[in-house]
Amino acid sequence: MIADLILNFFNPEIIGRVWPFLLQGFYMTLGLSALVIPMGIAGGLVIAILHSLGLRWLNALLIAYVDLFRALPPLVLLIFIYFGAPFLEIDLPKLLAVAIGFLLNTSSYYGEVFRAGIESVAAGQAAAARSTGLTRWQTMWSVILPQATRNVLPDLVSNTLEVIKLTSLASVVALPELLNNARQAQALTYNATPIVLAALFYLVLLWPIVRLLSRMEHRSLGQRH
Amino acid sequence: MTTWERFLFSFFNPAVAWEYLPAILNGMVVTIGLALVTVAAGVVLGLLLAVARTGGLRLLNAFIIAFADVMRALPPLVLIILLFFALPLAGVSLGAFASTWLALTLVLAAFAEEIFWAGILAVPPGQWEAARSTGLSRAQAIREVVLPQAVRMTVPPLTNRIIATTKGTALGSVVALSEILNQASSSASLAGNATPLTLGAAAYLAIFLPVVIFGRWIETRFAWKR
Repeated sequence: MIADLILNFFNPEIIGRVWPFLLQGFYMTLGLSALVIPMGIAGGLVIAILHSLGLRWLNALLIAYVDLFRALPPLVLLIFIYFGAPFLEIDLPKLLAVAIGFLLNTSSYYGEVFRAGIESVAAGQAAAARSTGLTRWQTMWSVILPQATRNVLPDLVSNTLEVIKLTSLASVVALPELLNNARQAQALTYNATPIVLAALFYLVLLWPIVRLLSRMEHRSLGQRH
Repeated sequence: MTTWERFLFSFFNPAVAWEYLPAILNGMVVTIGLALVTVAAGVVLGLLLAVARTGGLRLLNAFIIAFADVMRALPPLVLIILLFFALPLAGVSLGAFASTWLALTLVLAAFAEEIFWAGILAVPPGQWEAARSTGLSRAQAIREVVLPQAVRMTVPPLTNRIIATTKGTALGSVVALSEILNQASSSASLAGNATPLTLGAAAYLAIFLPVVIFGRWIETRFAWKR
């Protein structure tokens, strides 16, 4: 029984065979994360900074954008883009489809986080910075944003964790990241070992972030009373 | 056909929409049903785990923390695929619905446990001591004094997490669960037209846009008093 389980779920011979292929997928997952996280953060910053201008019509648009892409499951967005594009005779490369889908989704979430951060900085900070002769942009970039970022750091880390987990969706359009390669290896070997191995890769990568997050969240709650 | 006409024909085709509307509506029933049972089971399990953690049993707490960490670190899609494709090799065959439900429930329970636990920790210890000193039992102190205060604080983060998890029902399409996305993409390939995908996206918006807006309201309503 136990031997059967090991054979099916943690087969050393299969681990040896699929290891290089899964490692390739793991690197792709890292690369994909390194692409989509900065894109999402940049997009979110643009949204939050535009929102801070306080223009009513612009804010209505931004909130509509943010709510729209928070309401659509990211997988729906990805499938819509990837399988919809050919109907317009656009040949969209997988990576580009994934990047566009993730940008729309993650920039909305990062936008909400940064907006809350900017709103948490006391109004006197901006007034004081402007009175020292800083321009609006300098005030935002050097005075408001550093404090805003610090105030919402747990949410930023939490969101980034979600984005890394999100990269597993790229397997649905056969982008050769970790989960995709694990599923291919599983189909070839008729064995669950590659999927278990992929899960372990994800754990090794993400567990430290989860731990960090738990510590940050408990600390920030502790400060509030 | 001009590009604009092609776009309308491919994405907003009334004939195709009418033909595949029933499939999408059936998908909506599955999506909503799955979301409801996931939220119910996930929140209850998360609350139970958080309350169990107040008992201070070291071994139990280590187990709860390990569970919460693993479920928060694993992408939900990996979990669904493990349950659906791998578990049968151990002689346990869950269907597409049960696999998706179980995976999402475990993930939601893990996040809910952390949120409830943080809420419980944020209740000042004096509340707990005062409650016990009036003669309330441990269970009464938790139920009547600590939880009501803790739960109120957890409403905004819990709402956000519930929204995120219920959107994860779309992942069921990967194991051929006939929810909205699966119905939409199979209809689209059947029709050779992208209109079912548009319908599917509209169906998700119909369900989740009100939920997201409700979440926004909750956030201001239950905002932390700083």
